[in-house]
Amino acid sequence: MDFAFMQEAFLTLLSGVPLTLNLTFVSVAFGAVLALLLALMRMSGIKLLDWPAQAYVFVFRGTPLLVQIFLIYYGLGQFRPTLQELGLWVFFREPYWCAIAALTLNTAAYTSEIFRGGLQSVPYNQVEAAKACGMSGFLLFRRITFPITVRQALPAYGSELILMVKATSLASVITMMEVTGLAAKLISQTFRAIEVFVVAGLIYLILNFIITRIIMAIEWWLSPHLRRPPAVEPRLEAAHV
Amino acid sequence: MSNGVSSLSSESAAAVSIHNLRKNFGSLEVLKGISLDAKEGDVISILGASGSGKSTMLRCINMLEVPDSGEISIGGETIGLKKTRHGMEPADRRQVDRIRSRVAMVFQSFNLWSHMTILENVIEAPVHVQKRPKAECIAEAEELLAKVGIVDKRNQYPSHLSGGQQQRAAIARALAMHPKVMLFDEPTSALDPELVGEVLRVMRSLAEEGRTMLVVTHEMGFARDVSNRVVFLHKGMVEEEGTPAEVFSAPKSERFQQFISSHR
Repeated sequence: MDFAFMQEAFLTLLSGVPLTLNLTFVSVAFGAVLALLLALMRMSGIKLLDWPAQAYVFVFRGTPLLVQIFLIYYGLGQFRPTLQELGLWVFFREPYWCAIAALTLNTAAYTSEIFRGGLQSVPYNQVEAAKACGMSGFLLFRRITFPITVRQALPAYGSELILMVKATSLASVITMMEVTGLAAKLISQTFRAIEVFVVAGLIYLILNFIITRIIMAIEWWLSPHLRRPPAVEPRLEAAHV
Repeated sequence: MSNGVSSLSSESAAAVSIHNLRKNFGSLEVLKGISLDAKEGDVISILGASGSGKSTMLRCINMLEVPDSGEISIGGETIGLKKTRHGMEPADRRQVDRIRSRVAMVFQSFNLWSHMTILENVIEAPVHVQKRPKAECIAEAEELLAKVGIVDKRNQYPSHLSGGQQQRAAIARALAMHPKVMLFDEPTSALDPELVGEVLRVMRSLAEEGRTMLVVTHEMGFARDVSNRVVFLHKGMVEEEGTPAEVFSAPKSERFQQFISSHR
């Protein structure tokens, strides 16, 4: 392997990192909002809300992201007049927004299940204690249900983030020049597939390493109640005397 | 002497007034028409075997369970109920929230919020429900925690405390609301025997302060020595009622006699 070339390739591919991260975080942010909505629909107990949410999750989890990207990028072109009427064509003619749309819709399906699991794992007795204090509605959600949900859902949500970083590589098929897009381009110029893809893989590995560390730090910061208490007062344990 | 329903015209408005309360869970009739009045400063022990409806009755007072019929008033204000397709529901959610903020509840399994420190647990409702200034709430919370003997634990999390300490924290959380009435739902039943005493001591001191308390309990000592009235429920009805002296020395009901002898 040619290390000098790999170094060069590394620097070239590095310029795709901002777009990779952009695609990841923009779609994850939109996706989280949509996911919360879907999770609440599923848990509403109202069939008219539950069923569409269930169908949504079924469709977007059950079909490949690549197919979803193609459908949005190529498929929506057929509805151009309608989209123009709705003023949405400005978005869907851009590959960037098509990628964001596909990634958002896809991650929302997975994330809504993560949120639902988190919401369902909130111990009812803590909700009841809040109700008994006169909390209800949004206050109860904001102060009690949501903070507990976040703590429960964070490990699974961390995995979803990592999956999303990798999923952005599919945006390269619709001309997005993120890390994988640049790699493909470089290969077509140099025909050195192994070196370039090893470097591309390395870049994803580094990104995900950093993200994993950040998630771990947030988990640590949010869960002092799961750690041992600070040993301020040494206690005499009767059993050990 | 209290004689249930007809004591409505007594001197002061009842702190809690329950009239002809009925509640079913499916086909199971849990409460079959219970009436009970608590005056201000009353400490009422509610006894009964499991399944007698005592916890359900207590939970109806702050609408954690919605009764199927009957009337509940707190400090003279009757909780409005309406019939819906799903059964009875409170007519006005805001009224329920308002009443709940004046009726504090202490649960069997403490129900402290696991993601907050003890101090945060205590100031949560005063700050966010009652909208009182935070600094004032913190100062008061520390006093309350000192009173129940766990001020040194204020920055720890519930999972770091023993059951008895958690229950005392839960009592401090209840007190921080300045409640007119305190409901205790078997507050010592989840505790190891050696931890029961510390919680009962705190409850006794609250009784001595003249707080209005309704206590569902199995602690006969507390019922006898601390409360000024005892209500014994059996199969969703009030089977025996009176002062501890009356009911423990001369129980009228055979079932209550059996109940006392089985609980020493």
